Amino acid sequence: MILLKSQSEIEKMRLSGRAVARTLRIMGEAIDPGKTSTADLNQIAELVMAEMGARPAFKGYRGYPAAACISVNNEVVHGIPAARILQEGDIVGLDVGACIDGYYADAAWTYPVGTVSSETQRLMNVTLESLWQGIAQAKDGNSVGDISHAVQRYVEKNGYSVVKDLSGHGIGRALHEDPSISNFGKAGSGERLKSGMTLCIEPMVNMGNWKVHSLSDRWTIVTDDGSLSAHYEHTVAISRDGAVILTTEDET
Amino acid sequence: MPKPKTSDKERGIQVEGRVTEKLPNAMFRVELENGHLVLGYVGGKMRMNFIRILEGDRVLIELSPYDLTRGRIIYRYK
Repeated sequence: MILLKSQSEIEKMRLSGRAVARTLRIMGEAIDPGKTSTADLNQIAELVMAEMGARPAFKGYRGYPAAACISVNNEVVHGIPAARILQEGDIVGLDVGACIDGYYADAAWTYPVGTVSSETQRLMNVTLESLWQGIAQAKDGNSVGDISHAVQRYVEKNGYSVVKDLSGHGIGRALHEDPSISNFGKAGSGERLKSGMTLCIEPMVNMGNWKVHSLSDRWTIVTDDGSLSAHYEHTVAISRDGAVILTTEDET
Repeated sequence: MPKPKTSDKERGIQVEGRVTEKLPNAMFRVELENGHLVLGYVGGKMRMNFIRILEGDRVLIELSPYDLTRGRIIYRYK
């Protein structure tokens, strides 16, 4: 069942959203090619969230061991922070969730490590734009399928593929709520969107084939063909005028 | 964090029991360890594999989370 949130609840989620946005930004700024490890970035996530009074939502969620998911290159999502050092030319996806006062926010961003190739940069640009395309559909009266379709259309038009085994989701008093928001599908399908819904839209895009599998660590998801994968996510609230991004440091 | 395709949330509680009574339509009365009597029907996988259930058999029954007095018999112990 899709839970609707009141204005005050959305305000609370805004606080968590701000914590997430700030955490992601500071993690991104800390990336130093050849020096920073994924564990270092996770450490930063813990510190920033603690400083903002937020609890890292991923830690302990279904047994996940860390505060952030840090996925490098062909890792799609759920990379577990380790002693791995980020190298020039890598791309790294950072996914962070925070909980303040019982309300959750979840966002992700893919950063380049130093200078990356133009094809790699293009993958990131297209993935990010597909997120905006999806968010543009997130308004009262549309359906979940409109978001899914918009993401899929834009990604495939640009020659990439959309990961099918994972999806966006509702969020609020839990990290994952109904509905599931796939990154592919038929426009007009699925539940109708209403003001008060809080959703996480998160396109995961592979340069090659869409197929993925998980590694023996039970968490890290990688592309079957070894191609690069990018991931961007925002938590948005549906309002009468469209989607409002909650995972941002901007006031308003 | 993305939501995985199959997040299991709707599974019943699996309990061991002993078949007390054979009822019509492949239904059985099963007595659980805690003394409760529940109504169980023979699971499809068991029918497909031609596994017969008789009175007195020890079975594994999956109780519905919506009604703890009904369940699906999913295994017969040796």
